[in-house]
Amino acid sequence: MADTAQIIVDERIKKESFGSRLMQRPELGAIAGVVLVTIFFLFTADSAMFTLSGIMNFMTPAAQLGILAIGAAMLMIGGEFDLSIGSMVAFAGLIFGACVVTFGLPLIIAIPITFVFAALVGALNGAIVLRTGLPSFIVTLAFLFILRGVSLVGLKLATDGSTQLRGVRDAVEGDFLTPLFSGDAFGGLFAWLAEIGLVETFNNGAPKVPGIPVEILWFIALALAATYILLRTPYGNWIFASGGDRNAASNSGVPVRRVKISLFMLTACCAALVAIITVMDAGSTDARRGFMKEFEAIIAAVIGGCLLTGGYGSAIGAFFGAIIFGMVVIGLSYTNFDQDWFQVFLGGMLLIAVLFNNYIRKRVTGER
Amino acid sequence: MAKPIIQMENIEKHFGNIIALAGVSFDVVPGECHCLLGDNGAGKSTFIKTMSGVHKPTKGTITLDGKPMHFDSPRDAMEAGIATVFQDLAMIPLMSVTRNFFMGREPTKGRGPFKRMDIKTANDICVESMRAMGINLRGPDQAVGTLSGGERQTVAIARAVHFGAKVLILDEPTSALGVRQTSNVLATIDRVRKQGVGVVFITHNVRHSMAVGDRFTVLNRGKTLGTAERGRITAEELQDMMAGGQELASLEGSLGGTV
Repeated sequence: MADTAQIIVDERIKKESFGSRLMQRPELGAIAGVVLVTIFFLFTADSAMFTLSGIMNFMTPAAQLGILAIGAAMLMIGGEFDLSIGSMVAFAGLIFGACVVTFGLPLIIAIPITFVFAALVGALNGAIVLRTGLPSFIVTLAFLFILRGVSLVGLKLATDGSTQLRGVRDAVEGDFLTPLFSGDAFGGLFAWLAEIGLVETFNNGAPKVPGIPVEILWFIALALAATYILLRTPYGNWIFASGGDRNAASNSGVPVRRVKISLFMLTACCAALVAIITVMDAGSTDARRGFMKEFEAIIAAVIGGCLLTGGYGSAIGAFFGAIIFGMVVIGLSYTNFDQDWFQVFLGGMLLIAVLFNNYIRKRVTGER
Repeated sequence: MAKPIIQMENIEKHFGNIIALAGVSFDVVPGECHCLLGDNGAGKSTFIKTMSGVHKPTKGTITLDGKPMHFDSPRDAMEAGIATVFQDLAMIPLMSVTRNFFMGREPTKGRGPFKRMDIKTANDICVESMRAMGINLRGPDQAVGTLSGGERQTVAIARAVHFGAKVLILDEPTSALGVRQTSNVLATIDRVRKQGVGVVFITHNVRHSMAVGDRFTVLNRGKTLGTAERGRITAEELQDMMAGGQELASLEGSLGGTV
């Protein structure tokens, strides 16, 4: 074999520029999007948007969506969709609300129960998709309605006819796990920063930003963990492989079924996490919780560079996709524009992102 | 002659009421290239899928290194040292060469929750293996989609060899390639054979098989018509056996012997 080991230079391969290597990163589009949106709002929005409290304002909804979007992105890279995650937020909210309010369970039991229920539904979704070979689009569309309906009926049962379950805040008050899932983190740090004048204060001396909302920390932690898993673990390689070509992956020994079912479970658990955080934040749960979030999460994932056909994408991309989302939703209220432009903007972003992704895919695969 | 690594005797495979294989016998010895020839529909694909653990035979025995074997999955067969390069190559165009190379068998470092892919080792092994096969990658992170058909074939072969294949099954590796790429792949087969791997080369192109084959087995309508050694059979005879004899002979006459 050694006779062929000399280095043969192929004169037909041009050296790639740094720019074109950068172009091959799936998250590039989303980062460019964040830059564009930031520039747009720097010119049009009230300067309050980019103060610390303004940033927290748009990062909070971005984080709530982003947790869903990261799950959705991983599932999309694995080659499947889950349209039921929005309804799953309502369903998990119901389970969680019922656990803490109706049954009076402490969080250390209520939270695992919520995750287990969500994971079971996720696994069921996945099992049906894999067993029947039907597109996940249609199977999870069915669960979009089933879960939404079950949440409505369940809420009425739990509350004697109302579609809102109140009293969560009182029920979780004082629980040692509460600070992990609601309120603001690093309160002491921010109070100190306010004291030395680094954070703006109200007239009474309290800081205008009392801390970092916990969902933002969850969001960042999840994005980092997902990126690490995708790029640095064998499981991550299996996700890309399962989504890229199911047959090829399974012929190479990748346990495709296990990978896909675990991704469905993960996505459902992301929805459950959002449910727990938002229900504790609002102090109540209702049947409209998470309405339309499945589409917003998928849009954020696509803006983040995920291909609809699977096998390509990034969690960091979905992270920035969700931030774009939060900036636009909240940012428009700092401008003179009608807030309902938001939907137009969203559709436009999606269209641009899909066209851009398509172009990138052709470059990466060398298709012509 | 050396003892066969894998021996398949009177393999039958039925799909419902369709008899895809009706008694096929085949063996591979180390360091040889055993060509399996057959026209479309002869049962080549079904046979290699049986050999590589995708299908279970309805009847017949598979012996590996003298011991009877039952493969429940492709993974089983792979672990036993039988690697298959299917026509679709089991390559994912959007993924890098390294990620494809180690797909399903990633090298890891660290323990417990910190167990992670050893990207550097993977990249080094991949580049080195490809160089040994005569291909210089632009970089290990180059997407497989940017490689030519012959190069992809070589990645798939290099991967199988790296993971310790004792038997390498190549499913029509040259059928979609140009002249130059075909000769590259044939050269790769020769290289692999010299390392002591038993190569099963499936093709319907007699000329390609004559270029590298040590033994030739023809499959026709789900049956083997016997095995011939190199030098004991001519290309014309192989061609006739594949086609089932007479019809092609008469056709060939009218076409001036060009088929």
